[in-house]
Amino acid sequence: MDCHLDIFFLEAVLNGILLAGLLALLALGLNLIFGVIDVVWICYAELVMVGMYGIHHAYKAGVPFPVAALIGIVLIALAGAALHHLVIRPVLDSAPINQLLVTGGVLFLLQAAATMAFGIDFKNLGIRLGSLGFAGMSFSWSRVITFVVALASMLALWLFLSRTYIGTAIRAIAQDRQIMPLMGVDSRRVYLITSAIGGGLAGLAAALMVLQYDIYPQIGLQFGPLIFMICVLGGLGNMLGGFIAAFIIGQFIAIGGSCMATEWGYATAFLFFMVAIFIRPQGLFAAKS
Amino acid sequence: MIRISRPALVGLALLGVLPFVIRLLFSGSEKYYLHLLIQILLWSFIYTGWSLMGRFGLTSLGHGAFTGIGAYATVLLWNFAGLTPWLGIPIGVAVAAIVALLVGYPCFRLRITGHYFALLTLALTEFVRLCIVGWRDYTGGSLGTQPKRYGDGISLYAMQFEPDRVLSYYIALALWLFGLYVWVRVDRSMDRYALDAASQDEDAAASVGIHVTRERLKVTALSAAMCALGGAVFAQYQMYIGPDTIAGLGVSLNIVFAVIAGGMWVLLGPTVGAVFTQVLSEGLRVTIQGSATLKAWFGSAAFALDTAIYGLLLVLFIIYMPRGILGTLIERRRRSDAVAARGSERTNASLAANGKRP
Amino acid sequence: MLELRDIDAGYDGFQALFGVSMQVAAGEAVAVIGANGAGKTTLLRVISGLLPASAGEMNMESVSLRAIAPHRIVEAGIAHVPEGRRLFPRLSVESNLKMGAFAPAARARFAERLDYVYSLFPRLKERRAQLAGTMSGGEQQMCAIARALMSGPKLVLLDEPSMGLAPVIVHQVFDLVRRMRAEGYTVLVVEQNVSQVLKIVDRAYLLEVGRIKTSGPAAELLASDEIRKAYMGL
Repeated sequence: MDCHLDIFFLEAVLNGILLAGLLALLALGLNLIFGVIDVVWICYAELVMVGMYGIHHAYKAGVPFPVAALIGIVLIALAGAALHHLVIRPVLDSAPINQLLVTGGVLFLLQAAATMAFGIDFKNLGIRLGSLGFAGMSFSWSRVITFVVALASMLALWLFLSRTYIGTAIRAIAQDRQIMPLMGVDSRRVYLITSAIGGGLAGLAAALMVLQYDIYPQIGLQFGPLIFMICVLGGLGNMLGGFIAAFIIGQFIAIGGSCMATEWGYATAFLFFMVAIFIRPQGLFAAKS
Repeated sequence: MIRISRPALVGLALLGVLPFVIRLLFSGSEKYYLHLLIQILLWSFIYTGWSLMGRFGLTSLGHGAFTGIGAYATVLLWNFAGLTPWLGIPIGVAVAAIVALLVGYPCFRLRITGHYFALLTLALTEFVRLCIVGWRDYTGGSLGTQPKRYGDGISLYAMQFEPDRVLSYYIALALWLFGLYVWVRVDRSMDRYALDAASQDEDAAASVGIHVTRERLKVTALSAAMCALGGAVFAQYQMYIGPDTIAGLGVSLNIVFAVIAGGMWVLLGPTVGAVFTQVLSEGLRVTIQGSATLKAWFGSAAFALDTAIYGLLLVLFIIYMPRGILGTLIERRRRSDAVAARGSERTNASLAANGKRP
Repeated sequence: MLELRDIDAGYDGFQALFGVSMQVAAGEAVAVIGANGAGKTTLLRVISGLLPASAGEMNMESVSLRAIAPHRIVEAGIAHVPEGRRLFPRLSVESNLKMGAFAPAARARFAERLDYVYSLFPRLKERRAQLAGTMSGGEQQMCAIARALMSGPKLVLLDEPSMGLAPVIVHQVFDLVRRMRAEGYTVLVVEQNVSQVLKIVDRAYLLEVGRIKTSGPAAELLASDEIRKAYMGL
């Protein structure tokens, strides 16, 4: 342990906040899907991984980065819709745990397919954005951009959900599935759109992550458990709760990581999570049922 | 006492002489085939341990933590405290059971089930894996570590037996039989009915006087202990432990899926799952290695092909065969027997037990 | 306007409606009365597509309701106020009304319909930003009816509008039904409160264990000894 309340500590705190932006974005898509369809995509982080590879390849093929990022978002949005159509829809009426496990099969499939297609080497986009110096501290631009874009996209999603008809239907369907036909809503279409949006958010997260992280087939296992933890901590399906939980977990990782080895930062976050769930089983910010 | 049927006795006898049959048939590659069998038996034991919980609706993604605790406790105690695995394994098993109780108690009291239970136990797995990696001075971090070799590698005191594959086979066989014995004991106990009732309707079970939390804790501790024991013996056989080979989310998911593939609700389901997954991965590996075209096609990526097919099959299994290979076969036979016996009618009753969403 | 011929329907292995035939003409108010479990709610669920009929014909102004997807039935001009109101409790009043206007044709006239509904129910305008689940039972019933009207229906199906409400409020709810008639809506209402409902409708059907037992003008049924004994406890 080597911790002082100095400028490095402050830097760690601020880096934790920047990280939390990304984590909140990752949790958002999963929470949206759970809230609406009542299914946990345990392969969510693997979709992000596939998106990262897609963006990487488009960029290396000479496509400008913003276009490559857009391709990645669309690709994973389509993948999300396909996942729902091919894998989730057939098990919508079976035991909830089967719905979680079936996406675990997809996790293996995506990871192995990525290994076969891209190999196990770490890949890097090679874009260097430099860093932002501020009051003696330094923050990499890629993290700052990630944070800003993540917050902006959450705001955009919120506007979409509260202003548009389909967005309102997405919120409504989570509250009462059975009467949706009376509103003239085709639930299957709403599910498909929600899955595509959830996938699109994973694609967006991928576009931000390729700026910061190396890509390898197992990167999903590094982020996946973290995302589930944040979602459960915030109350599964509660998007605002997930947002706050991301900031709590971000601090554990950042402060823990700066005072001890990285793993211990993560380990304390998981320990905190388990204890917190035992105190508030439905999540810290459980939605009223 | 448990009565053993005649086919089972014949099967046991066959398994008993199997090493010698293999020696006769494949004298050159005897070691390889025995290794395959040992892997199947050891994993079958672990899978059977998991299914003790899984069959009652407690889908844990935390058993990768228990295999890890068993393996690492045993090896670290041996390497750094010189403690024989004869003591190290019981300690590791006890630690795993205590961790299981510590996590299980609040879960069952607070009725954390379904998604929440799966994701919470997933966090436990991840926590244990991170601890293993973080403690790298002792555990070797993500590279893993080895138990210190004692003498020529075969020792009762150090519980090392890896060089003698036939001996290893019988140890694995004994462990596997022990696992089946535990499964049958649980299956025939009163606790089983209590747990079945609780998995279908917790309130109803509690209202007829079943102490749901206590029943669940019992089976959870047992299940975790078996997985820890399996992990420890696995470590002794492999003579290597790594955070991703014996602990972590990958192991948890493998356990769950193999059991689903085999069949969660029947005695030999987990074993069939282990045979299926091992034969699948080995079969694919051998096929690809043996074929120049396939090798050229996939190149070095071929080693992930089995996982890809495995993942795809899991998806198909859960969608089309949720009772697993053996479960479905037994179901089908029972159904055709029933049809033969007294015409058709009410075969759907057992399907309804799969649990439909209200 | 609405015509049902020999409709059968049921749930998993259990038949709830047997050969039900009925008609509702434009501008009429019609009640379906009957005991608990007679199939009244099932009947409305079949008409609005929540439950598929297993046999028979069902037309709304020459549109065959059995031939179109459940979510399209609202576009044929049928709005259903379900039993227990079923508002979206964590959406605001206005978002609930927005859901009522989800169908494309209704969406185009959203602002206009919203003004109209608010003029009918000024109380809802005051509470437009409030979460629907936090309102009183009577206000929720108002909101549920308003949501149904947002789709611009010709026929409104009301399922037990008085259920779970205090007697004073029940009165108001029946007033609401009267006002809907005055506004020109055709109404098909299911009610347990037989004596009250027969005073506000033109005709009624009596449903018994899934079959139409009898039907006739409301005044006639109200005078019938049999019905007075069985359903009004007189």
